[in-house]
Amino acid sequence: MIPTQALFGQLLIGLINGAFYAMLSLGLSVIFGLLNIINFAHGAQYMMGAFVAYFALQWAGLGYWPSLLIAPVVVGLFGVVLERTMLKRLYHLDHLYGLLLTFGVALVVQGLFRNEFGSSGLPYAAPPQLTGGYNLGFMFLPTYRGWVVVCSLVVCLTTWYVIERTRLGAYLRAATENPTLVQAFGINVPRMITLTYGFGVGLAALAGVLAAPIYQVNPLMGADLIIVVFAVVVIGGLGSIMGSIVTGFGLGVVEGFTKVFYPEASNTVIFVIMALVLLVRPTGLFGRTT
Amino acid sequence: MTVTRVLVLATALLAAAVPVHAEISDGVIKIGIMNDQSGTYADLAGPGSVVAAKMAIEDFGAAKKGLKVEVLVADHQNKPDVGSSIARQWFDADKVDVIVDVPTSSVVLAVNQIAREKNKALIVSTGATSDLTGPQCSPNAIHWTYDTWSLANGTGSAVVKTGGDTWFFLTADYKFGHDLERDTEAVVIKNGGKVIGKVRHPFPNADFSSFLLQAQASKAKVIGLANAGADTTNAIKQGAEFGIVRGGQQFAGLLVFLTDVHALGLEKAQGLLLTESFYWDLNDRTRAFSTRFAERHRQAKPTMAQAGVYSAVLHYLKAVEALKSDDGPKVIAKMKELPTDDPVFGKGMVRADGRKIHPMYLFEVKKPSESRGPWDYYKVRATIPAEQAFRPMDQGNCPLVKK
Repeated sequence: MIPTQALFGQLLIGLINGAFYAMLSLGLSVIFGLLNIINFAHGAQYMMGAFVAYFALQWAGLGYWPSLLIAPVVVGLFGVVLERTMLKRLYHLDHLYGLLLTFGVALVVQGLFRNEFGSSGLPYAAPPQLTGGYNLGFMFLPTYRGWVVVCSLVVCLTTWYVIERTRLGAYLRAATENPTLVQAFGINVPRMITLTYGFGVGLAALAGVLAAPIYQVNPLMGADLIIVVFAVVVIGGLGSIMGSIVTGFGLGVVEGFTKVFYPEASNTVIFVIMALVLLVRPTGLFGRTT
Repeated sequence: MTVTRVLVLATALLAAAVPVHAEISDGVIKIGIMNDQSGTYADLAGPGSVVAAKMAIEDFGAAKKGLKVEVLVADHQNKPDVGSSIARQWFDADKVDVIVDVPTSSVVLAVNQIAREKNKALIVSTGATSDLTGPQCSPNAIHWTYDTWSLANGTGSAVVKTGGDTWFFLTADYKFGHDLERDTEAVVIKNGGKVIGKVRHPFPNADFSSFLLQAQASKAKVIGLANAGADTTNAIKQGAEFGIVRGGQQFAGLLVFLTDVHALGLEKAQGLLLTESFYWDLNDRTRAFSTRFAERHRQAKPTMAQAGVYSAVLHYLKAVEALKSDDGPKVIAKMKELPTDDPVFGKGMVRADGRKIHPMYLFEVKKPSESRGPWDYYKVRATIPAEQAFRPMDQGNCPLVKK
């Protein structure tokens, strides 16, 4: 029998992993909700974020804190270029085309990085301010992991607030409903869409920087994660902002408990839940039927 | 003697006399390097193993000796089904004579069956399962570089003898992890230690925090990592974060390659004990070989897996030359007959059960202050002589060995 104390530890660990799921699925949701693009390059962009942090340190001597800003901007710009040159041509086509394009981009990017940096990853240390940890009695909580949860919660809730509660968010939502009408009011809809994609991609890069000190900076780090994150998005309901945040954290916890009670199933449990949810609620837990 | 008879006789004589390598099937020796070219095990074997194989062919002087040797490469993605279909394609359609390298024990055992069925040869360098020279041993296969038993025997017993007598295993949930755990557990118990818990994690796995927490709660002195590649480096890296070592527990990396230590950095890896059969900085011959290798492979020094591929291909070609044939089981038998000698492992031999014999080394990872630069990572703690490094032949239950 697992003591209650250990369960608290696992609950917290689950929340930490959930923080990554939440941030990544949030970016996917924003992009899908506003652009109708299923961004399969999200994992590669998350990986690029971690690599930008690594390059900043190696080449420019810039540490973790500046990277938190630099990586999302650099990778976000990459996203903007991708949107301007390729994605924007696909909006009037079926979802499948956007999916195939972004999937192809992901494979190319991952292949290039792997060719250059190998597959075993590069070391990246946590900043000195965030090393060490606290003994909570029931577990030892590394400071850095605590920081990840807080950081992720702040980013997620801010994004939700901006999109659902501010004027800018209202424009965005209106532009998805009826772009022609919004354009008629003098709002530059194509630019707004480009920036939204850049923002979603930036979120992935930020998650990448947050992940760098925990995992190796590895060309394949996103490829492994993205499939799980897509399952999270499907469970939460494509396009639902709050849905992806809540399911991200929730599924992290479920996965954490599976690792205690039946570790062999811990990498399949999310897909089992996905199948069940699709049977009962095909639009996901928080999805709107359109 | 009738004219017909003379003709038949003459034809027969001609046929026997014409090509020197009459028994080399289709005139070409085809070596298939099958491994993980893109995933978690790509750095420790992968493209580096291909470089090693090509170096062996050049050093053997195949071209000068009039032997035509070709290298084929395939990515088995660590999946037994993918590996099996490549092996069938290679043996049936592409006329491959020998498959070399093959990381991932589950793939090894699948390909082993096929090599036997098609009567071809298999030489395993990166794959670890000791069953390949145990119940699954075959007249068509040789296990070259190391195995789970020799790792357990090296690291496992060294750790127990220095006081690490209670163990908790983090085990990769497939054939390799299970075998490594089984062989290590046997060594731990034999040396008077105790296993107080184990957890099997999915392969591959990125986040180990939950498993580390369980290991921490077990209060075991030693956390045995029965996994490899990125799984091992992630577990060690995250273990530092959770204060495993500061809390008085110790990691035993049961299979750690040089590239893993390179990826971790000395700061995180220092003090780690590990067992390998090769390190680039052992002697003049290994240094010279490794420098040549590094020039051709992104300046990276070879791992034991890659060095093993070099050594294996070299010996394979020697046997083919001696035999003037590339017939699978015959070459394997010849390889067992001839003594081995190469810059990687020095002098050695191949046992009847298919086990290649050479010394193993217990290494300790240097402190950052002790290292002179990239790749200067190990110091030798102990040399395990060849005759003690591997499981005695009578304990493996290999059907090829007469009791």
